[in-house]
Amino acid sequence: MISNENIIAALSAKFGEAIRAVETPYNFLTFTVDPEEIANVLQFLKEDPALNFHFLTTACGMHFPDHAEPFGMMYQLHNMPENTRVRVKCFTADPSPIFPSMTRFWPAANWMEREAYDFFGYRFDGHPDLRRILNMDSLVGWPLRKEFPLEDPFRRDKDDKMFGR
Amino acid sequence: MSQQIEKLDGYEGPGFMATSLDKAVGLARKNSIWPLPFATSCCGIEFMATMASTYDLARFGSERLSFSPRQADLLMVMGTIAKKMGPVLRQVYEQMAEPRWVIAVGACASTGGIFDTYSVLQGIDRVIPVDVYVPGCPPRPEQILDGVMKIQEIVANESLRRRDSAEYKELLASYGMQ
Repeated sequence: MISNENIIAALSAKFGEAIRAVETPYNFLTFTVDPEEIANVLQFLKEDPALNFHFLTTACGMHFPDHAEPFGMMYQLHNMPENTRVRVKCFTADPSPIFPSMTRFWPAANWMEREAYDFFGYRFDGHPDLRRILNMDSLVGWPLRKEFPLEDPFRRDKDDKMFGR
Repeated sequence: MSQQIEKLDGYEGPGFMATSLDKAVGLARKNSIWPLPFATSCCGIEFMATMASTYDLARFGSERLSFSPRQADLLMVMGTIAKKMGPVLRQVYEQMAEPRWVIAVGACASTGGIFDTYSVLQGIDRVIPVDVYVPGCPPRPEQILDGVMKIQEIVANESLRRRDSAEYKELLASYGMQ
């Protein structure tokens, strides 16, 4: 059984200060990585025989407008033999960031990164087919960015007088 | 339990009856509507109840569902239509042969319903013309039956070649169709 402390110790020994903001909400090891190191960290987690986080459970974009670095990606990895998971985040202040594509390590990242592109406009270096996946192709904008207007702008039957907006 | 088919106006004698052709054709059409169910969410579940024995859409001559738009008379759109689905719905409508009618079942198909959001079509009448709107979220099978009976009224009283009328051509042109 690999413990959270061992995982952090192995990562800190290799990447030093790049591993930040370590916490374990609900005993789920979570930490933040510099975006320049994210590909190396995930590759190390996957390929190190002791860690063996061989499965990419999910990945998604994030947007926290109040933060100094509002734009981010989140990855969840799973070590099935040990039944251990980690959650890795990386943030950037660049409003149109380019993250390294994880498709080189996990083909499953293909659609997850297309989703992050579709909803947040993040680009992924090395992705084989980066285009919208869920929204219609003609959509303009990135719907899950917090500044995106939620309501359909083409409705004429609602006015501010009746709906208080 | 079968629906009483009302008698047409016409000249009657022993063993025969004469009426005008459009009335006879209207009677035949309204009692043999083949619906194409375009069911995407909970209204589709209500439609299944409408088809089943208790409510029994067969009483109105509509038991034969057509899963090809080319043989369908009535497009029943039941459920939320995402904007990505809009072109598909339009293509299905364009593949239907004349005469064709459309019924929008439920709040989502009629107006977008609670889904006032960037990804949902705010009513299918933004991409295809609609004959009857059925309100409800989802509507009861009785309401869907009422909508079908409203369609029957339209079908029975419509001119035989509605597609030649200037009004109909103008309507289709407003949707960018021929």
